[in-house]
Amino acid sequence: MTELMPAEGVFSLIWLLIALPLAGAAVLLVGGRRTNAWGPLLGVLTVSASAVLGIVMLLQMMQNSPEQRTFDQTLFSWVFVGGFQADMAFQLDQLSMVFVLLITIVGALIHVYSLGYMSHDRDKRKFFGYLNLFVAAMLILVLANNYLLLYVGWEGVGLASYLLIGFWQHKPSAAAAAKKAFVINRIGDVGMSLAIMLMFVTFGTVSFQGVFGVADQASEGTLNAIGLLLLLAACGKSAQFPLQAWLLDAMEGPTPVSALIHAATMVTAGVYLIARSNAIFDVATVAATTVVVVGVVTVFIGAIIGSAKDDIKKSLAGSTMSQIGYMIAAAGLGPIGYVFAIFHLLTHGVFKAGLFLGAGSVMHGMNDNVDMRRYGALRKVMIVTYVTFAAGWLSIMGIPPFSGFFSKDEIIHAAFEQSVLTGVLLIIGAGVTGFYMTRMFIMTFLGKARWEDDVHPHESPKVMTVPLVLLAIGSLFLGMALLYWGNIETWLEPVVGYEAGESPISTTASIALSLLAVGLGVLVAYLMYQRRAVPIEAPHGSWLTRAARNELYGNEVNDVLVVQPTYYTSRWLVWFDNKGVDGFVNGSAAFVGGLSGRMRRYQTGFARSYALSMVGGAVLVVLALVLVRAS
Amino acid sequence: MNFPWLTTLMVVPLVGSIVVALLPKGRDLLAKQVALVVSLATLVITVLMATQFQGDSAEPFQFVESHPWIPAFGISYSVGVDGIALVLVALAATLVPVVVLAGWHDVDESSRGSVKGYFALILVLETLMIGVFSALDVFLFYVFFEVMLIPVYFMIGRFGGIQRSYAAVKFLLYSLVGGLFMLASLIGLYVVSAQMTGTGTFDFVSLAGLDIDPDVQKLLFLGFFFAFAVKAPLWPFHTWLPDAAAESKPGTSVLLIGVLDKVGTFGMIRYCLPIFPAASDFYAPVVIGMALVGIFYGAFVALSQNDMKRLFAYSSMSHFGFITLGIFVFTSQGQTGSVVYMVAHGLSTAALFLTAGFLMDRYRGSSLISDYEGVNKAAPVLAGFFLVAALSSLALPGLVSFVGEFLVLLGSFERYVWVGALATVGIVITAAYVLRLYQRSMTGPLKPELEGMGDLRGREVTALVPIALLTIVLGVFPAPLLNVINPAVDRVMTSVGATDPAPTVQSAGLSTEGADQ
Repeated sequence: MTELMPAEGVFSLIWLLIALPLAGAAVLLVGGRRTNAWGPLLGVLTVSASAVLGIVMLLQMMQNSPEQRTFDQTLFSWVFVGGFQADMAFQLDQLSMVFVLLITIVGALIHVYSLGYMSHDRDKRKFFGYLNLFVAAMLILVLANNYLLLYVGWEGVGLASYLLIGFWQHKPSAAAAAKKAFVINRIGDVGMSLAIMLMFVTFGTVSFQGVFGVADQASEGTLNAIGLLLLLAACGKSAQFPLQAWLLDAMEGPTPVSALIHAATMVTAGVYLIARSNAIFDVATVAATTVVVVGVVTVFIGAIIGSAKDDIKKSLAGSTMSQIGYMIAAAGLGPIGYVFAIFHLLTHGVFKAGLFLGAGSVMHGMNDNVDMRRYGALRKVMIVTYVTFAAGWLSIMGIPPFSGFFSKDEIIHAAFEQSVLTGVLLIIGAGVTGFYMTRMFIMTFLGKARWEDDVHPHESPKVMTVPLVLLAIGSLFLGMALLYWGNIETWLEPVVGYEAGESPISTTASIALSLLAVGLGVLVAYLMYQRRAVPIEAPHGSWLTRAARNELYGNEVNDVLVVQPTYYTSRWLVWFDNKGVDGFVNGSAAFVGGLSGRMRRYQTGFARSYALSMVGGAVLVVLALVLVRAS
Repeated sequence: MNFPWLTTLMVVPLVGSIVVALLPKGRDLLAKQVALVVSLATLVITVLMATQFQGDSAEPFQFVESHPWIPAFGISYSVGVDGIALVLVALAATLVPVVVLAGWHDVDESSRGSVKGYFALILVLETLMIGVFSALDVFLFYVFFEVMLIPVYFMIGRFGGIQRSYAAVKFLLYSLVGGLFMLASLIGLYVVSAQMTGTGTFDFVSLAGLDIDPDVQKLLFLGFFFAFAVKAPLWPFHTWLPDAAAESKPGTSVLLIGVLDKVGTFGMIRYCLPIFPAASDFYAPVVIGMALVGIFYGAFVALSQNDMKRLFAYSSMSHFGFITLGIFVFTSQGQTGSVVYMVAHGLSTAALFLTAGFLMDRYRGSSLISDYEGVNKAAPVLAGFFLVAALSSLALPGLVSFVGEFLVLLGSFERYVWVGALATVGIVITAAYVLRLYQRSMTGPLKPELEGMGDLRGREVTALVPIALLTIVLGVFPAPLLNVINPAVDRVMTSVGATDPAPTVQSAGLSTEGADQ
């Protein structure tokens, strides 16, 4: 049994992890143009300081026995009414610890990279302010010790995402994408809100310790309901089916944003939410199965979209969706899967950040063009970007000994433990991953140059390539390090539980199968894009290609099912309000006006007729009184 | 005898108003300065008074003053506040100086009414607002309730837009009709009290202590409730609000929708529930139905508005639906949430109307959304405040509006699962119309006509900063509100004989707090 440790020593500074980037954001956003000169640097420093603090806490935490690694810091009572109580309180344990490190270290690298990437933007201090705000909110999300506070971080990262997708607000497409992301996420928020309410109604508390301690005492129906509501929330934030449509549009944001928020950290919050709520999903079997289904479906939606997009960022976004599908599916597997969901989340966070920043580096050299059909042969002019991108490519495909190999392989193996079908589907998904990533790699770096005339590709400055190199090193070693040196299963086990199941196929067999699938994918991509020239104009393509280019018509479906009916209702109600309700009001005003015109005739000015009316009225009153008394 | 805090609070702005009104013509600047100083002084006194308030006091009302007024009818000048009234008085006292500062140039020589007249009306209104929230005599409450209409009528009718007369008359007629029903019920209430105790009274505490026959309650309740439902306004009694909002000066709208309309929801929780508990219980399903319709109706209609002020009006109607819902689900979370929501809505309404007003000052006074595009490029600070106001309106977690909205939803969900669940869906539409407004007006390429539009200046920023700060600070640390509201809501809950439902999983050994010891 884990015990709650008081936040003493270095752990008394848990709040500071959040306060540093939050203060950075406040200074940058309130300070305005005055901070232009030093603002971006401040943004980098605050996040780096949090990263250092996080590392110190990790080292300290490793000194404690596994049961004594949960630290609780309560600052003050936040919302308290009747039996409801939610504190401004943080919990640092093994699970939140790895997230703190991912967020702050990858966050710091992306901040550094942005110094170069955004150097010409006149609003760059605002950009760093938003990035700082994001890091602070993400840290609240993973450090909260209750669901209501988690919700604050949850919505805070959504706000930062909204601000950063729409960072170039003068582009209508960016502003529209930002709004779309927020509104779709609000649908997920309905799930989050209701899950919290249902927890309170059921358990009388919304704190992690309180809920998890008695979770198994609730009825299975209630737990399934909570689980499904949490899944709805996760679908919004993690762009899982059916709430996936916002992520591709979110690529309107500057590329470092795509790397940090829409690949490495924020979009994985749904995985965190499910893994954190393992005590609920362990009992809620229907909800857990639904989680697996949603994950597997999204693996394919993302991979298919990623295979057809010519926009390098959108292709990567499809890939992100697909890879998070793997994590979600793993999280739905229960105790055999949680640790691997988090494991893949960590390795993916590093290699996908590297891939996105690599894409940003390419765009930087190509006048911000994102069309891979106008790339090609960039290996010669962007050596560092090329090599580091290759590391990410090999890692995401799961080629040993790169990071992705270890984490994805563990997920596939765990999936076989639950059902052969899930395992086979995830292996096919790995094959498609091999295809689209190789396609991207070939179209960008290999083959012939298809550059536009005025483009002079060049390697990016050091401030951008150094983070690329560090992330590439992570893509290579992080998997091995976490598995063999960090013992990720035993590290996370006290929080999320871990048990190895019986697998119908051996580890070797599942590795061989998935490598075979990946090899096939690579081969197809090689034949299609390396052996044949890549046309500058996209060919018409098969129906599947066209559907994939159109994001499998997700936007059209939303439009028909939700958006159009909403606006139709709205316009109808406006009409009703003007003609119906207000029409009635104005109509009755006219009626009264007309009536008073008639009444005026009775104002004759003759005292005797008034006297008669008074008598009549008095009789009525007396009559009424008698009747009331009598009853 | 303790210091007469509340009377002082009413006298100060009243005296200020008279002074402003008596200033010689042409001393417009002085009139504004006096109005600002007086309203700030009122705020300071309010803050001093609030620090004296004891959240855990056994007395239901504090700072009580009582003097006989018309003894023949048991009417007295008696005032006092509980936590609910206190936070609303504080809201009024906070918003008045903000409105004075923000409306510095709203009225000038070219207006129909005089400058000093406008500011004198604002100060008189402040007196009445404080009075209406602190009255402990139902007749006194009624007097404030009705007299309040007069300054607002003139503020709309003299200083409003093109359709001001229509809007002002509509507002007045609606309110008068509502008030008439309340008067009828009030007299009925007096008669009932005379029958039950021998001496008729309008004293709130005595009336709340009466055990009125449920059938009589059902009748008398309607009069009060109708007046409050028009005031708040609830669907379908809302159509005066969009017109009034569209034709008013931004400052008038802030006071009207931000504070005055709260009298409606305040009246429900203060008068309807404790005096007519059985009737409140009886009508609760109907009221909850109206509130739910209002939440969605207001939000859907707001989605298609092209006039910012009308959009805010409909969005307020939707928010009033939430507030009413929280009151009538009879849970402590719901009711405390409603009161917090009232404060939060006052702040967000102020932020929205004032920022929109500053925007309109910069482009021919147009409130049409389609007249603006890309404002963020020309006026980033203005756009920033607009976004904060928008986020406050959509109840972003971390802001005070979230505390209110979440508690209302939680309280509703606790009592009626499906009502709470349905109302929660409303948060999606709220986000849609609020962000659509921001997208259409603030983002995109800058409209050529708006080229050279200046950003907010010092005075305007000064008016908005306190509201933004309060919105954030009270969202992170709502304890100052909750500490005073909770005990008052507990008393309301007791008076209607309601208790919160218990959690379904009962665990004796559950201790979430202090687990780290």
